[in-house]
Amino acid sequence: MSMLKLPAHASTGERIWHYTYLVICGLIFLFLIAPILIVIPLSFNAEPYFTFTQKMLSLDPDGYSLRWYDRILTFGMTAPEAIRDSNWWRDVWENASWIKAAKNSIIIGIASTILATALGTLAALGLSRPEMPFRRLIMGVLISPMIVPLIITATGLFFFYSSTGLAHTYVGIIMAHATLGIPFVIITVTATLVGFDHSLTRAAQNLGATPITVFRQIIMPLILPGVISGALFAFVTSFDEVVVVLFVADFDQQTIPRQMWNGIREQISPTILSVATILVIFSILLLTTVELLRRRSERLRGLSPG
Amino acid sequence: MSTVASDTSPSLPVDSGPITAADGTPLHVALQRATRKARIRAFLLVAPLLAFVILTFVAPIGQMLWRSVENDSFSANMPALTAWFKANEAVQPGAGLDSDGLPGEDAFAALAADLAGARENRTAGVVGTRVNYDLSGSRSLFTKSARRANRLEAPYKAALLDVDEDWGNPELWGVMRRSSSTYSAGFYLAALDMQYDAQGNVESVPDNRRIYVPLFVRTLWLSALISVLCLVLAYPIAHLLARLPLRYSNILMIFVLLPFWTSLLVRTTSWMVLMQSQGVVNDLLVAMGIVSDDGRIQMMYNQIGTLIAMTHILLPFMVLPLYSVMKTIPHDYVRAARSLGATPSTAFWKVYFPQTVPGIGAGVLLVFILAVGYYITPALVGGSSGQLISNLIAFHMQKSLNWSLAAALASLLLFGVILLYWLYDRLIGIDNMKFG
Repeated sequence: MSMLKLPAHASTGERIWHYTYLVICGLIFLFLIAPILIVIPLSFNAEPYFTFTQKMLSLDPDGYSLRWYDRILTFGMTAPEAIRDSNWWRDVWENASWIKAAKNSIIIGIASTILATALGTLAALGLSRPEMPFRRLIMGVLISPMIVPLIITATGLFFFYSSTGLAHTYVGIIMAHATLGIPFVIITVTATLVGFDHSLTRAAQNLGATPITVFRQIIMPLILPGVISGALFAFVTSFDEVVVVLFVADFDQQTIPRQMWNGIREQISPTILSVATILVIFSILLLTTVELLRRRSERLRGLSPG
Repeated sequence: MSTVASDTSPSLPVDSGPITAADGTPLHVALQRATRKARIRAFLLVAPLLAFVILTFVAPIGQMLWRSVENDSFSANMPALTAWFKANEAVQPGAGLDSDGLPGEDAFAALAADLAGARENRTAGVVGTRVNYDLSGSRSLFTKSARRANRLEAPYKAALLDVDEDWGNPELWGVMRRSSSTYSAGFYLAALDMQYDAQGNVESVPDNRRIYVPLFVRTLWLSALISVLCLVLAYPIAHLLARLPLRYSNILMIFVLLPFWTSLLVRTTSWMVLMQSQGVVNDLLVAMGIVSDDGRIQMMYNQIGTLIAMTHILLPFMVLPLYSVMKTIPHDYVRAARSLGATPSTAFWKVYFPQTVPGIGAGVLLVFILAVGYYITPALVGGSSGQLISNLIAFHMQKSLNWSLAAALASLLLFGVILLYWLYDRLIGIDNMKFG
């Protein structure tokens, strides 16, 4: 690799070590990424196996198919064999298990994200003020949902929700997921507020702006990248969460990760791989968005050129 | 204030009282008031979230802690017998007992009355389950006796012993006495593999029945091993990422961040696909002739499975803190050491490595804290030897329905995690946690 240059006077031993080191790094990067990418080609397997068939290896088109993607739609339908007209699609929309799970995941994810982002952003503004009393303790409490093992949170919520009637309700799940997403919102928004120039808000106030105008015109544009990143983190946390759902949700309240969990525990079918592929593509999109936002935020705050 | 002429004292303006704010209040008072206002304003911004988190997180966990010491399924459903136990509090072993080591007719009469009540309210199963935690086989004894409760007649002692001679077991009476108290540390004892003997003293359970302590030990040991593995794998790549020019490291960073953003279940599924005995890794090993077709390695449904999958899943949490520390270390130090005659390994161990220790501390602690509480991955790839303490908590919550024991186990885990979290905050500071 030419990007890490060795000095011209490096000894043979150093050269050998240098290239060994690069190979080791390459293998570790492979270890990180290969398990995630391997599911993508396997999800197009024409056979119900979890490994590459002879036909796939020889790149024979017969070895590949979209049958497992089709199965995402047909699994759980009342009449999967019917002609694929508008009625068939309505059947998909209303009855297919994965579609129902996706709808639940999206509803719960969006609602808990809005809750977590609104409360979390407000709190981050307070926490980043130097006058904030008991800052360390309160910060510790607010971040703890990220640290405390999910099984403990789920156990506590199970007892609490059974005694308050929130068990098996969407409100209960949304509140729980919002709590789990809040630490991410606080961390990302506080990070954008580090080095925030408070003289900007004072200048605006001096010029006669009301607190709401100051927030909308001065603070919000500067912290927006952090808020959006935090919101995405909160959404992904909810979208990926299964332990709390297993403990407090009703049997009908399936979400995508819960459906995957059930699928893996009962009888693992390659349909799981096609769902996994879609989720990997989804996370690539999210990662791209967050990276773009991070760079924009750094540019806005003048931390990095261009 | 009278001005005394003096050569050395600085001249003060005449008639200057204490310094005041524009409205005439003394400045320090006005300042104090303004500071207090600012403090309240800052707190009010945080208050809604704090209230929310207390409601949805702190209170439920508090309730769980409460559950771990409180269980009224016996005392609430067996009031007469509970009252008898209270009235005949055993000061010494054998108090209130007949010569045969059993309580007298009055206790059996109370028991018969309670069983009749339990039959009425259909709570015999609840009571039986509670006693069954400590003495197996008791549940059926309670349900069976409750079914016949309205046919019981005095003398009740003889009648109940006639229904089932297990009522004549002194150990059962000892267990019932302990179950009759609403609050007890009994579930913590059980969670630490301890029990009461016949005399009511605490003792360890026999070696072959120890479950929880070995599982705690395994959880700690596997988490430590995973942390070390993560460190060994993360250190070289974090170093590379920190040294490379930004345009290259940004691209390689995707390899770290994509797993971080990918669903936990997707990553676990991927490992299941890879590690199956008919999976990609075994196929590759067979194709390369490293193992024979019938000698395929069992990589999943055991500790190896848990170890590999969790190391992969937690690796980004090690790379990111290491990277952010390494990025701030100027490479000039190592170069200076080399030019002063240090060998590459001396330059690394004496100059570079000590500067990365804060990153190592942050990463190892974070990975360890997260690993200790893992549930999903061990449940799916761990088999029976790769289960962690969380899996047993889930088992008691969902299968055995011994909620108090689950709460006690969860509380012990929680104390451990809080201790580590406190340590993390002391050493690194939770403000310094960053993603990406």
